[in-house]
Amino acid sequence: MSEAIEAEQSFVDKFPEEARIVRAALLSSFLALVLGAIFGIIQTLHRTDVARIIPSTDYYTVLTAHGVFLAISFTTFFLVGLFTWALTRSLDRPLIDIRITWTWYAIMAVGMTMTGVSILAGFSSAIDMSADVLFTFYAPLQAHPLFYAGLAVFIVGSWIAGADWFRTFLAWKREHPDERIPLQTFMVLTTMAMWYIASSAVAASVLIFLLPWSLGFIDQVNPTLTRTLFWFFGHPVVYFWLMPAYLLWYTVLPKIAGGRLFSDPLARVVFVLFLLLSTPVGIHHQYLDPGIAEGFKFISMTNTMFLLLPSLLTAFTVVASVEYGARQRGGTGLLGWLTDLPWRKPEFTGMMLAGLMFAAGGFSGMVNAGMNINYMIHNTIWIPGHFHLTVGTAVALTFMAATYWIWPQISNKPIYSRSIGLVQVVVWFIGMALMSNAMHAQGMMGVPRRTAEPEYAGFDYPVMFGGYEELNIQIAIGGTLLFVSTVLFIGNLVLTMGNPKVSGLAESLPPALSGPDDAPRVLDNLRLWVGIALTLVVLAYALPLAAIINRGGLLGPGVGTYPAWLTPALDALASAVTPVLDAVGDAAASLVEVVR
Amino acid sequence: MHIHAYEKLWLAASILLILLLIGSVTYGAVGPGVAMVADSEQPVDAQALDEDERFSEPRVEQVGENEYAAYIVAYQFGFEPSPIVVPENSTVTFYVTSRDVIHGFEVVGTNANTMVVPGEVSDLTVEVEEPQEYGLICNEYCGAGHHVMEGKVHVVSQAEFEERNGGGDGA
Repeated sequence: MSEAIEAEQSFVDKFPEEARIVRAALLSSFLALVLGAIFGIIQTLHRTDVARIIPSTDYYTVLTAHGVFLAISFTTFFLVGLFTWALTRSLDRPLIDIRITWTWYAIMAVGMTMTGVSILAGFSSAIDMSADVLFTFYAPLQAHPLFYAGLAVFIVGSWIAGADWFRTFLAWKREHPDERIPLQTFMVLTTMAMWYIASSAVAASVLIFLLPWSLGFIDQVNPTLTRTLFWFFGHPVVYFWLMPAYLLWYTVLPKIAGGRLFSDPLARVVFVLFLLLSTPVGIHHQYLDPGIAEGFKFISMTNTMFLLLPSLLTAFTVVASVEYGARQRGGTGLLGWLTDLPWRKPEFTGMMLAGLMFAAGGFSGMVNAGMNINYMIHNTIWIPGHFHLTVGTAVALTFMAATYWIWPQISNKPIYSRSIGLVQVVVWFIGMALMSNAMHAQGMMGVPRRTAEPEYAGFDYPVMFGGYEELNIQIAIGGTLLFVSTVLFIGNLVLTMGNPKVSGLAESLPPALSGPDDAPRVLDNLRLWVGIALTLVVLAYALPLAAIINRGGLLGPGVGTYPAWLTPALDALASAVTPVLDAVGDAAASLVEVVR
Repeated sequence: MHIHAYEKLWLAASILLILLLIGSVTYGAVGPGVAMVADSEQPVDAQALDEDERFSEPRVEQVGENEYAAYIVAYQFGFEPSPIVVPENSTVTFYVTSRDVIHGFEVVGTNANTMVVPGEVSDLTVEVEEPQEYGLICNEYCGAGHHVMEGKVHVVSQAEFEERNGGGDGA
């Protein structure tokens, strides 16, 4: 036994400092999950009129907290923990300087605390602070400056995290000049490159417009501009949530299934495609916005549809890898191999159910992406129905399932109860199936999202797929099951943390069936891909942004530019950029003509 | 780089699916003529709608044979005019703007749906048929009273339209 231990050290044995930071990040993530789940259950029962324990005006504080804690805090903290683990593990070397690592963790924690406090203060009328602006914070709705400042601090923290990983990678590169980038590191770096591009827009929106405006330095902002900058970030952020789940599906799930990844090169292709296509699509959230030309919307839609490609490829590769695992375990037959998979393992079943729901979410996403079909479902509860399948299950359930696998390796503590874990992931799946399905159905009836009381005085909803009330009950039951599942998850984890440390929990990850040597070298040329990604972003956004500023002014109509000294600089910039824009504009216009 | 034969097949099918999706939307635009809310209207000053020719008095008026224009202002927390009365079997273009924050404009149970952004005018042309009362809601969060923001679209007979419109606005 002792020989085996010496032969295989767990992650925490090898990298105790890094394991500490991974645990800290994951625990921060789960704290956000708990808060988000509490606000989730309050909101579900309120909306469906099962139990209204808060006044409806406070509903929007609850909704803001639910969105920000889950979509920003839960996801990003899990990501930074997982990426720290994946990068350190796959490079097999410690981070450059653990003090820098703790610094970015602290910055992110401080930023999220600032934002969280500004939101939660909205519940108390004694404190003159609120941020009931929801996750999207569309101006002219205004939050307390602390809300915007916290977001900016949080994003800066994530940028330093990325720099930490890039520097560690470069140090590894000097030590291993001729080696291919390990797959997990490749995934971390491409995701972070995408994150830098995407988050720059929201950081600009917050620092240049929203924060000075909330502090009273400027009188107003251009609502279409800040909204467009939000969605410049708001779509790629969904891939920022999803990429850690993809990393797990590609590199961990095949191993749990008893096999190995089918193809390393295709995994790299998929991550490159996400880097290229995630950002130039944000305008598809603005199909029904006035003030944005139809041509820009069409270009955004085309890019969006091609963004389906990496996910469709992933579906193939992941299922093929799992099937390979099953056949290694003795599975046979066309579908008979499905019975030879480790369904009793919560990490396996959780990830598989998450993947299955992602397929359903992908199909409802195709509907959302269709420009003119979007009229039917825009801002209806169909949309939250969709993203509770994607981020709410594909991502969240994968993270929880993966925790059952990864936690023992970063703590040397076995999971308290793997049976409870199995129940937990299945309950999540059932709860989400009920809730999301009913949300999609209500959306088809025209029931709006983001409202405390979706029943109106003046009309009744049409009856389809069951009546409005009946669907409400499904939503309430589903939401309750999701809350129960979260409680089981957290309880199990807390009890796990009380377990004594043991040895022999190490798990290794086998290389892919078709290894990196098969992959063209150009795939590892990150500079090239970032260059192309930036070009695509400029092509997709330069003209719409120029048109929006041209129409509504930098700060909305009727107001001078701020600050005054910036005006000449901006004018110079505008005159320098205009010829380029015109050229691109002509190209885009002719493209639209061809398509028409 | 080795790509499995099944994977090539899957890749081809995926690209076909993507092209079909883009094609179906293109057909919707070219065939049935579903136009997007876009930038055809000039920006307005949201703080001076009182002085705007179209929005100082939100109303429905006839602009052509069987064609009507509805000028609508959304605000925290309602729509003007309320209700919006339009005649049956006609073509109606809604011009919607906001005087405060971002709102939504959704005629429940139909695909008449648009964002309403202060400083911009959304235009949306629909065909209305027989007399019916439709619910109108704001579907974008706009503040603490968002859930009470509703209106009505009444499609009425030609005679009733003229009577209710007081004969003044009909051109």
